[in-house]
Amino acid sequence: MEVAFENQIITLDTLKKGDAGVIEEITDPWASLKLIEMGCLPGGRFIIKMQAPFRDPIAIEIAGNLISIGRQEAKTIRVRKQIS
Amino acid sequence: MKPSIKIALIGNPNTGKSSLFNALTGLNQKIANFPGITVEKTVGEISIAKDFKGEIIDMPGTYSLFPKSKDEAIPYEVLTNPHHAHYPNMVIFVADACNLRRNLVLLTQLIDLKFPVILALNMIDQAKAQGIEIDIPYLENALGIPVVTTNARKKIGIDALKKKIEEGIGVSAESFLDATKPVIVPLEVLKSQLHLCNSYQALLNVYQDTLNNNKLVDKKKILAELREHYNFDSGTWQREDLLFRYKKVNAILQNTLNVQVGSAFKRTQERLDKVLGHPFWGYIIFFGILFVIFQAIFSWAEYPMHKIEDLISWLQGITRTNLPKGVLNELLAEGVLPGLGGVLVFVPQIAFLFGFIAVMEDTGYLARVAFLMDKMMRRFGLNGKSVIPLISGTACAVPAIMSARSIEHKKSRLITILVTPLMSCSARLPVYILLIGLVIPNQEVLGVMNLRGLTLMGMYLLGFLAAIGAGFIYKLVLNIKEKQYFILEMPVYRMPNWRNVGTTMFQKSRTFVTEAGKVIVAISVILWFLASFSMPGRFAAVDKKYQKISVEGNISLDSLKGKIKAEKLEKSFAGIIGKSIEPAIAPLGFDWKIGIAIITSFAAREVFVGTMATIYGLGSDKPDFNQLKNQMLKDRNPETGAKIYSFATVFSLMVFYAFALQCMSTVAVTYKETASWKWTLLQFASMAVLAWVASFLVNHGLS
Repeated sequence: MEVAFENQIITLDTLKKGDAGVIEEITDPWASLKLIEMGCLPGGRFIIKMQAPFRDPIAIEIAGNLISIGRQEAKTIRVRKQIS
Repeated sequence: MKPSIKIALIGNPNTGKSSLFNALTGLNQKIANFPGITVEKTVGEISIAKDFKGEIIDMPGTYSLFPKSKDEAIPYEVLTNPHHAHYPNMVIFVADACNLRRNLVLLTQLIDLKFPVILALNMIDQAKAQGIEIDIPYLENALGIPVVTTNARKKIGIDALKKKIEEGIGVSAESFLDATKPVIVPLEVLKSQLHLCNSYQALLNVYQDTLNNNKLVDKKKILAELREHYNFDSGTWQREDLLFRYKKVNAILQNTLNVQVGSAFKRTQERLDKVLGHPFWGYIIFFGILFVIFQAIFSWAEYPMHKIEDLISWLQGITRTNLPKGVLNELLAEGVLPGLGGVLVFVPQIAFLFGFIAVMEDTGYLARVAFLMDKMMRRFGLNGKSVIPLISGTACAVPAIMSARSIEHKKSRLITILVTPLMSCSARLPVYILLIGLVIPNQEVLGVMNLRGLTLMGMYLLGFLAAIGAGFIYKLVLNIKEKQYFILEMPVYRMPNWRNVGTTMFQKSRTFVTEAGKVIVAISVILWFLASFSMPGRFAAVDKKYQKISVEGNISLDSLKGKIKAEKLEKSFAGIIGKSIEPAIAPLGFDWKIGIAIITSFAAREVFVGTMATIYGLGSDKPDFNQLKNQMLKDRNPETGAKIYSFATVFSLMVFYAFALQCMSTVAVTYKETASWKWTLLQFASMAVLAWVASFLVNHGLS
């Protein structure tokens, strides 16, 4: 099944539980390195699995791992949302 | 025989590294601190074959050799410095077979460092259950290193692993990243300058500019100048390094992995997270679990605690009757043994508590707790990982403060250490129970609750509120600038490994006995001295006085024993100190007797009860609680005739015990963990001020 993504680039913190997408870029250098070594790479497809109150933090599933990310960090992750 | 080979155990977090370490070494291990830093290292001995032993060191889990926390810096330091005491001859790389891609990225770094490496593919059974098939011969060939499949929990594959170690392994012929190619820095020159083994090692040394623990000033200077000269941006290079490795690993895995997705395993995992990580039910369940833990600690631990108390008083009895009367006898029976008892009595609670924490960690639940609690805790200068030290603080602050090590963020870790002793530890419990019994009637409230129980709960709540309140203030006043990140892996749920849980319980109890034990026993002996000796002639005067009373009133000396003991305590060094601090504590409603008890409480707070028993002349070994209460209630101020233990004084005293840091073991462990007198003294002084002011307000507000 072919999956399509929106052209518009948004930040991860704007998405909700259940939303899926693809990572374009991580702008914060520290977060970028940490996320890459955990398997969360640009080009990687994710789905938001969990969210704590006020969507801070959220947990995304990517490359078979569940990674929780605080709202501040999610703001530095630029993504494209999957068209459902 | 000296171990002939040094093996390092390296891997990502949550790969079952500790299980493999336990399986390889048994209990042949010891925990120690790396010199100068407060990260534990676990070194064990492994017998590989007959007459062939090795030293094996368990490294904290890391995702790459680009460290970002104190824990992660350990493998980096050991592997990039050939002069390090633990620089290994061989590396066992532990990988989670279910999560190969990310694991192999770190592995290629080790191969590029030219270490002889064995890949232990752990949790191979789970990978199979999840529908993951791995072509092992292809993997061995592509990486150029031997691969052993293991299931560390069931001890499968351990012998095969040992056999590979025995046979000896070479360095892989493969090279993944050519360190000299992309980088502008003259690595070869650096290599010989710093006496390094290969160019990737040199490159890793250049990369690291965030966490430089190099003790060698020269080395630091050389590297700093190099980065400056070439305008070297480590972050960018490190990212490129990782992305390049991912490409290489992906190419290998394309031919190695065969994955069928959508297994039942995954569905169970998701269902668990739906409940345990739920924004409402998740909290309810977490607080429910906390409640169960407290119940369990206080009810289950009671039995072994009583047994330990009985054992100590039995030993005291034996010492008193069998050793010749004299100073040595008293030193043992009144100084050393009570001190030892004061340590051992807490072991059951500590073991149970850390057992529960180990289960939460082993099952993967702890990461969900951090997920749920992080935002809330941050408001108070803490973070999601501070939950465990704070909970542990209700048993004992000493292991609780040590468990703050896992917090990466420096400021949060410091604040956690500073506020943890405000949580009501179990040594305060006997004090609260005695004092509550003095003024609060044993009365039912609303049919189900007891007024005394409610008051006790209030004291625990007070401790908790003080801890987070202090955290909030520290957050505002401490000027430590460090950005706080929350990026945390949520490991898959697993059944706990009971062997690991048992090992943790044992190790934590042992650490408590050796760390807190030393201090408590030493202080007990000092306090025994202060309470049993005085200026020459003062004790003799007491003896003479009572001899006279005995003769004149025709009373046996034995029946006066309690009174003699009480009066001697009053005349002892401890009594002198208690009286000399009376002006300072009088505004709180305390007299010199309470002063003595506050002094002796520095060994451990529960000593308060025993001291009170002595002061009120209850000579027996096991003072009767009710008898003590009656004596205390009868006591009146010699000048005003008012009750000493009025409602106001009792509450003032309880608040004092809730806030004051009357525990030398905690002071010692704070010093050890912060490596700074500044923070140790700040903690002690701020709690003393808080205790005094709060008690003063309570005393005047209630009277």
